[in-house]
This record gives sequence, structure tokens and C-alpha cells, in this order.
Amino acid sequence: MLSSKLSCVYPEIWLFCLSCLALMTDLYLKRWAKWTTYFVSQAALVGVMFFAFGLIGKKPSVLFYNAFIMDDIAALLKFMIAGIGFFVCMYSRKFVFESPHYRGEYFVLCLFSILGMLVLVSARSFLSLYLGIELFALPLYALITMLKDDSIGPEAAMKYFIMGALASGLMLYGISLVYGITGSFAMPEIATILFQNPALHANPALLFGVVFIVAGFAFKFGAVPFHMWLPDVYEGSSIAVTLFLGTLPKLAAFGFAIRLFSDTFLALAGYWQGLLMVMAVLSLLIGNVAAIAQTNLKRMLGYSTIAHMGFLFLGLLAAPQQGYVAALNYIIVYTLMALGVFGILTALSRSEYEIQNIHDLKGLGVRYPWIAFLLMMLLFSLAGIPPFAGFYAKLFVLDVLMKAGHMGLAIPAVLLTVVGVFYYLRVVRVMFFEVSDAQPVHAYRIISKPGVALLSLNSLAILMLGIFPTPLFNVCSGVFAWR
Amino acid sequence: MIALSDYLTFSAILFGLGVAGIFMNRKNVITLLMCLELILLSVSTNFIAFSHYLHDLEGQLFVFFILTVAAAEAAIGLAILVVLFRKKGTINVDKMDMLKG
Repeated sequence: MLSSKLSCVYPEIWLFCLSCLALMTDLYLKRWAKWTTYFVSQAALVGVMFFAFGLIGKKPSVLFYNAFIMDDIAALLKFMIAGIGFFVCMYSRKFVFESPHYRGEYFVLCLFSILGMLVLVSARSFLSLYLGIELFALPLYALITMLKDDSIGPEAAMKYFIMGALASGLMLYGISLVYGITGSFAMPEIATILFQNPALHANPALLFGVVFIVAGFAFKFGAVPFHMWLPDVYEGSSIAVTLFLGTLPKLAAFGFAIRLFSDTFLALAGYWQGLLMVMAVLSLLIGNVAAIAQTNLKRMLGYSTIAHMGFLFLGLLAAPQQGYVAALNYIIVYTLMALGVFGILTALSRSEYEIQNIHDLKGLGVRYPWIAFLLMMLLFSLAGIPPFAGFYAKLFVLDVLMKAGHMGLAIPAVLLTVVGVFYYLRVVRVMFFEVSDAQPVHAYRIISKPGVALLSLNSLAILMLGIFPTPLFNVCSGVFAWR
Repeated sequence: MIALSDYLTFSAILFGLGVAGIFMNRKNVITLLMCLELILLSVSTNFIAFSHYLHDLEGQLFVFFILTVAAAEAAIGLAILVVLFRKKGTINVDKMDMLKG
């Protein structure tokens, strides 16, 4: 009994042990430190994928005094987080190794942050939720200052740190109010108390608490009106770190949202749906409109992330079951697309010459037609143009949204997506139709054959998921089947 | 006898001071870190007060975790501050304007 239960935490235990090992190898193995740290990190992530895959489809089990749950959602998210993390390390390896500011801690901090995400997605009480979120955020603050020599990095890190700490402060204040009213930290207990006492639903302290928790959530994951730090952090950090920041936290955000909205505050759905509605529409509006004005590619992608978070919220607020499925599908597809885009930018960058601005991509279509083509597919997919996965992910979200009767939200979502197409297509135009004159052609790094193969695999996966969207959708709905 | 509401008012004032301090402070980053600590302490007060009046020890347990995490957070915050000072030569909030957020 004990062993079968303990097997539910194998991903975390394995990752924790190997993270410590990676830290040690980096410290003591002088000569081969780079490669051993890298391989230990990759082994850690492959192990997590292996263990998490084994846990998919098992009966949900709860352990550590109701603080930790292992269900299908957690297993799938863990598998995805580790898998994407594996690709992130692989894509950033060359850039990181060649950087004069290389420290082995890059991989170790990534691993610890991933460990925090794993804890976060299987949180069963507010205590493990809080600890997971802090463990996931604290290494990120340090990561942003890494691999950079200018003063923008520390400035971005400082902004992110202040905002992140303020967000956890808000969230904790909300948790304390909810604790005061319900007398519990355990999510299922709070949910039962709320279902049994409808009188509590109008309690101002409880509602304040929920607002604070939702605000902290929005802060951490960069939804309008708490988005100010996100473009700054994307711009300020080194591209290898942006690659990490732009992909994995979104999956963790989804796990957080499910634990919060579905496991805890489902009884208050009418209340938080209003909050999510406002945040979703504002995120779509500000994300898409502000992205048009950007000349910095990383900032533009930052604003586009905000818009995509808006879509995630739309999925979450549409009915319990189908809405979550559509949101999970959306977030997985989005993460794969972001992985590809940032992966290509990382592959093209060197530490002396990082891709920063949109015009840095001038002439890419002539220099590297295949890479430019892959990037074009990914950008089309982000914009939501039909044969690609991004289109179907958006379609599913809009579909459940309209079935849930939120026609008034679906229309602005579609209109703002059309606005969004403009800035993605501008990048494609610069890539193919603007000839580079001032910018030296040798600026791009030559991408190795395996690198090209990986990036192709990533981008073609988006195309395949667009042509055959059902398998992924079935996986997503299978995960929610037992609820 | 001090009522629960007194503790809650006290912690709400502390929390308000902390948040106001973060948004109004234009001088230096150390003050921001102090405001963050203030917020966490107000939350801890809340937890302990609730825990006492609910006769439930879990709230006090949570505070231990908050204290530990706050220490880790302060360590990272100060480390970033040191890097920032080394690169920019100032920790003035007004001078942090290279990124337009």
C-alpha cells in the first residue's frame, strides 16, 4: 500500500535527487562539468516523463495528509512539463554553453523551477500550492539575471521579483481570509463547506479572499491588469531564459487554475467567472493591440503571450467540463508553438548577437529558407490561421464558449484575434520580403543538422496537430473523464 | 480581551501600508523589500489570529512556512539588488527606466 502510494511522488523525488546531483557535478567536476550537468539534467527530465507517463490513467490518490494529489491531470501536466523542459534544455544548450557568462546553475535553476511546477500542479491544499508556486518562482528571479552582461537583466529581474513577491503577498492574504472563514486549507474541504453553506457565498471577507487569490494568480501569470512586468521580463532576460519563461509557466498556470477554480471554488463559479471574464477580454484587447506597436520581437511575443492567456481564461470560464478540456488543449498547443518560436530564435542567436528586434530577422528567408519556413508556420499557427494547430485550439475554445452561452465574449475574441494576425504577419513579411542591407549575413549562427531536425520536428508537430486535432483533444478530454 | 476583529484591522492596516509603500515609493529598492516583508508579516498576523480563534493549529503551521519562504525570498531579492547596484551604480527606483513597462 505504502509503496504504491509513494510511487505517486516518484517524479518529484527523482527530480529533486537529480537536481542536487547536477548541482554537485557542476561544482566538483571541473573539466567535464558542462556536459555532465547537462546530461544529468536531461536524465532528470526523462525520468520525470517516464514516471509521470506511468501514472496516467491510474486511480487518483491523495497523500501527505491531504496536501498532495496525483490524478490524471497532474500526471499529464507533469509529463508535458518535463517533456517541454527537456526540449528547452536541448534548444538552449548550445547558446548557453557558448555564452561567456555560462554558469552550470542555469540547468540546476531550471530543474528546481520545474520541481516547483510539479508540486504546484498536484497541490491539494493551499500550503502545497503556495510552496509550489514559490519554488517555481524563486529560481526564475535568479535565472533572469544570468547569461547577461548588461544592466537590463538585473532590472528586469528586480521588477519581476517585486511583482512576484507582491503577487504572493496578495495571494497569501486571500488564503488567510478564506482560512478564517472556512477553517481549512484543504481544497476539497473548502469546496464541501462552500457547497453546504450557501449563506457563505455572500460573505464579504470570503469574496475579498477569492478576489485576492485570483489577483495573485493573474499577477503570477501575467494577465491584464497585472501584466506590466511580463514584456519587460521577456525583453530583459537572455533568449535562453525567455525560452524557459515563455513555455513552462503556462502549463503550471493551467494546473494552478484547475486546482483553484475547479477543485476549490467551484461553488462560487458565478463570482469568479465575472472576474475571469473581465481579465480575459482586457488581456485579449491589451495584448493584441500593444503587440502591434512593438519593434522588439521579444516584447511583441510577450504581449502576444498576454493575449493567449486571455484565451486560456475564456476556456476556463466556459462551463466546467468541456471548458477545461478546451483550455487544456489550448495551453498544450500554445506551449508547443511558443517552444518552437523561442527555440528558433535561440538557435539563431549567439551571446554576442542576440535576436532582439523584428528587423534582426531581415533576410532570414534568403539565408535559411527552411528555418524561415518553420518560423512562418509557427507564427501562422500563433495567429490562428487554419491548417495549423493554433486554429483548432482557438476553435475549440470558441465552440465551448458559445455552447455555454457567452456569445458576447466570443465575438470580441474573434475580432481581436484578427487584429493579432497583423503583427504575426509583419514578422513573416520582414523575414521574406525585406532584404538585409546594413545587417551582416554572418550574424546568424549556423544551426547544426540535429538542431534543424529538432526544430523541424517541433514545427511539423504543430502542422500535424492541426491536420489531425482529434488525438490531442481526446487525450485532454480523457484526463477530465473521471470528474 | 482583544477581539479577532482588532487583529484583523491591525493586519489590514499593515497590509495596506505595505502595498501603498510599494506603489508610492520612488526612492530606493531596499524600501520596496521592507514593504514586501511588511505584507508577509501582516498575513502572518492574520493567520495566527484566525488559528487562535478557530482553535486550529494549521494556521500557525502555515506561518512557519511563510517565514521560511520569506527568508529565501529576501535572500534572492538582496542578491539581485547587489547585482543591480554593481551594474548600474544606483538602486534608485526612478533610475530603473531602461525597460518601459
